[in-house]
Amino acid sequence: MTTDLGFWTLQALNALQLSMLLFLLSVGLTVIFGLMHFVNLAHGALYALGAYFAASFAAIWGYWAAFLLAPVAVAGVGVLLYSGFIQRMRKSGPMAQVLVTFGLIFVLLDLTRIVWGDLPLAIEVPAMLGGRLAFLGVEYPTYRLFIIVLGLVVLAGLAFVLGRTQIGAMIRAGVDNDEMAACLGINVERLFFCVFCVGCALAGLAGAVAAPLLSVSPDMGLQILIPTLIVIVIGGLGSLKGAVAGSLIYGFVQTFGAVLAPQLSSVLIYALLAAVLVIKPVGLFPAKG
Amino acid sequence: MKTTTLAAIGLATTIATTATAEDIKIGLLLPYSGVYAALGNEIDAGFALGLEQFGGETDATFEIVREDTEVKPPVALGKAKKLILQENVDVIAGIVSSGVLGAVRDMVHGAGVPLIVSNAGNDEATGADCSPFITRMSFSNGQVNRPMGTWMYEQGVRKVYTLAPDYAAGRQMIEAFEATFTAAGGEIVGQDFTPFQKTQDFGPYLTQAKSSGADAVYVFYAGGEAISFVKQYDSFGLKAELPLYGSGFLTSSLYVNAQGPAAEGVIAASHYVPTIENDANVVFVDGFTAKIGRAPSEFAVQGYDAARALIEATKAGATDRASLAAALRQVTFDGPRGTLSIDPATNNIVQPIYVYETVAGADGLTQKVLAQLPSEADPANGCVMDPVSN
Repeated sequence: MTTDLGFWTLQALNALQLSMLLFLLSVGLTVIFGLMHFVNLAHGALYALGAYFAASFAAIWGYWAAFLLAPVAVAGVGVLLYSGFIQRMRKSGPMAQVLVTFGLIFVLLDLTRIVWGDLPLAIEVPAMLGGRLAFLGVEYPTYRLFIIVLGLVVLAGLAFVLGRTQIGAMIRAGVDNDEMAACLGINVERLFFCVFCVGCALAGLAGAVAAPLLSVSPDMGLQILIPTLIVIVIGGLGSLKGAVAGSLIYGFVQTFGAVLAPQLSSVLIYALLAAVLVIKPVGLFPAKG
Repeated sequence: MKTTTLAAIGLATTIATTATAEDIKIGLLLPYSGVYAALGNEIDAGFALGLEQFGGETDATFEIVREDTEVKPPVALGKAKKLILQENVDVIAGIVSSGVLGAVRDMVHGAGVPLIVSNAGNDEATGADCSPFITRMSFSNGQVNRPMGTWMYEQGVRKVYTLAPDYAAGRQMIEAFEATFTAAGGEIVGQDFTPFQKTQDFGPYLTQAKSSGADAVYVFYAGGEAISFVKQYDSFGLKAELPLYGSGFLTSSLYVNAQGPAAEGVIAASHYVPTIENDANVVFVDGFTAKIGRAPSEFAVQGYDAARALIEATKAGATDRASLAAALRQVTFDGPRGTLSIDPATNNIVQPIYVYETVAGADGLTQKVLAQLPSEADPANGCVMDPVSN
């Protein structure tokens, strides 16, 4: 173990970068759940789809076009899913919803395999964000800093929309009590639809920013799903604050677990999850009291 | 009525089989879906090409039945049973994952069906769990990494940090490297085993390796993990100060282009790279490129040589399960990988190992062979088998 401060700074940055990636994914999932009481297990598959769209678009128009278009394309897939399945499943209870979205994971997984093939793809980090930045006495890959900054920007944007705008007030009202919100003249269904699409777009965005960092493979959606669900359960369902707290806890426990207790690193986060479930079953910052 | 028809068909099949005694029915047991689907397809393509190029050398004719293992041991066991009992195959080839090999091992051993392993590298399969019916034409985990310890020490590397996924293959690969590297006088200054197929971000481990005071890093990663690892290694700027060495799968020609410039300068040891210079390899690479449109990988050559081994066995007069199993144990030929033979003590392949560097070529990345390390048979490692009987 090292006493070098730079080492710990680097690891903290690693943790923060992982947290922000998870935040992009979990915030969409958590708000969809909070608002619609809908468990969308296919969220991870949408993330994988975002990465694949990004890989295809990047090959044609370069990274920045992919960065902008992949979330739009995934939101488009979200529209199809919403009108095809989710709208019909709204009243059919959590078990049916879990089964349908669980099935969707495998359908989407095989679709990506058929369309893009079995070999993992990769996209290059854009030239502007290549290389490393030196600060605080350490050198850190610029692209990873970009992910951290992007996560913070999205966080600030969502916090502003949810907390300070009328649409945010409507969403919060819907999360608190959707029947009452409907009685007050809010078109809750349309609100659900919009939130669902934004959630899908964020999953697509997460996929697009993860693609240059990781390899794009069909099973990446399954790999990210469990961490995302852990984030949501720890943080508490339906709240922005919960998604932030859950992501940070996961990122730091995972990263420092790998450094300080490598033998325990895969167990630590599950132990924490179990502890949260025992002590505070609703999560740390649930949307409803 | 239905029963009669079926019985008639059954009878006809039996007659047909006895009429052409040299019709060999092959069960190809490979993952065509799941995480290793790309490898399954690559081996399948190599196997088909092998039959096509060498099929004319023997009087036997071949029929292939394909079954998908889905990389799930219970599924694979069911498919192996189907191939053996229902399809009544003469020989099984394939198997990518060592977990799947472990699951079907007792079944093929008990049924006395020859199995040509075309990937799964578990050392135990040709060690304590060896069988006179199981012949491995691919590699063993130890075999690929063992020569690298001595070679790296000779190149002046003294302190190494190792990384690999935390599962049997990862541990066997690193242990084999570690044994020869420390025996030569080198030192392992740090070691991490990352959660298998759950690690996407290697940042924490790379930061750890950087501060360990090592001269170099030696790793085993494959597939998607290899792509992420090599790219992240480069993005942290480690390549310049801490050269990256590894087991050949790290920068396999199958996916090195997805790694891009990040893979340049990585030095790895493998039993095959498409740039090996010999006549057999030229024939292989040309044939494969003409069919598939890109250069073959080590996985393709494993399928290709499995088909070739089968053909050699039939040339020696083998016609049924028992004679094929015996003949496969004595196969030897010059292939794209150089001179190959089967070690009769373990039924594992004996082959040279190539140290190669990934370099930028005219069209994309290519492999520059730095050294050819001599063939060495694996230690028997607990394998007790009857000698080949003719």
